[in-house]
Amino acid sequence: MARVHDMGGRTRYFGPLPPIDPDEPVFHEVWEARTFALALLANRVSGANLHAFRHAIERVPEEEYLSGYYQRWLASAELLLLDSGILAPGAVEARARRLQGEEVGEPPVPEPHKPGMPSGGPGNLRTVEAAPAFAVGDPVTARADEPAPHTRLPGYARGRTGTVVALRPAQVFPDTAAQFTGENPQHVYEVRFDARELWGADAEPGSVTVDLYESYLERAR
Amino acid sequence: MTDLRQTADPTLSPALRVEALESLLLERGLVDSATVETFIRTYETAVGPMNGAKVVAKAWSDPEYRQWLLEDGTAAIASLGFKGPQGEHMVVLENSPTVHNVVVCTLCSCYPWPVLGLPPSWYKDPAYRSRVVKEPRAVLAEWGTELGPDVELRVYDSSSEVRYLVLPERPPGTESMSEEELAALVTRDAMVGVRKVAAP
Repeated sequence: MARVHDMGGRTRYFGPLPPIDPDEPVFHEVWEARTFALALLANRVSGANLHAFRHAIERVPEEEYLSGYYQRWLASAELLLLDSGILAPGAVEARARRLQGEEVGEPPVPEPHKPGMPSGGPGNLRTVEAAPAFAVGDPVTARADEPAPHTRLPGYARGRTGTVVALRPAQVFPDTAAQFTGENPQHVYEVRFDARELWGADAEPGSVTVDLYESYLERAR
Repeated sequence: MTDLRQTADPTLSPALRVEALESLLLERGLVDSATVETFIRTYETAVGPMNGAKVVAKAWSDPEYRQWLLEDGTAAIASLGFKGPQGEHMVVLENSPTVHNVVVCTLCSCYPWPVLGLPPSWYKDPAYRSRVVKEPRAVLAEWGTELGPDVELRVYDSSSEVRYLVLPERPPGTESMSEEELAALVTRDAMVGVRKVAAP
């Protein structure tokens, strides 16, 4: 079953667009700014990575996820700190209750168990020696099998056939990096799907272009 | 992996929860206030769509720069001093009278921070993320952007670490304008591709 974050094309999330306010402040409230900074720092302190951070956001339950962007960032920051044993379960809630005057005990500081995935360097771009499996112009089909707990293959593209229109720099594979099982860097392809292939014969004319990792693709039959 | 029931009660206000989180990390020296403030200040003041507007204005004014920008977006953008997280590999998509590009991230809200700053509310909205891949013309029309039937509409879903910047069409009546004057016309929404740059 598709999870909340995988929104492309899902009518469940359709609705009126919000207005575009060119003067919108970067942060609407002080807590949003603090959440932004602390989530990035929580990721660092936890020994996690960008992919694990995205996965943590995807693990937030639908109702809380939909309550707002920085709401889900805040929940994911706490998740990463719990995952790595930096904070004990209940620590944030107990401290929050104390801050509002409740007399509650706080759990002891746990023994951290940060992930120790070796990294090939900062950022996510890598050099891959193996030749790319596909070339510009090749027809490719995105895999339709059960995806990893975190994947960057959008649900709407699964099982669909498109054409490679460009090669991108090789990158760390999100599906394994998010689980701390390895970087597995691989070639990335810009794949263009005709709108009718994705949405059927009545689709608005046009195309959707998606950047897909080599493991997501097979040669179209 | 942590069970969600172990995270703080979401009915407690986020302001209170983030204050609690911060105090727990501060007292153990895991983060320091100066770093928190620097992160916030950087994205409130130094990084934002005014950076992307400079890139676009230069591309409109300097044909050689435009060529470089389209061939190697990362290097051409870095030459103006704009680089960093969420901009490690930049690809610039040129809008023209025949092709219109629009960018989304359906899976989260990936966005080219060094040139556009942090994403605005509308870009992160479930309605935009769900609809624009399936009915992009309806989305653009709802925001007042009408495209002719002959215009090829290309939607880009930012699913890898590549980040996209749309190079909008230069509006008519701007032939004598300086780069600085042009930059003042360029809007964030046009650099994502949901609107065009309006003539002055």
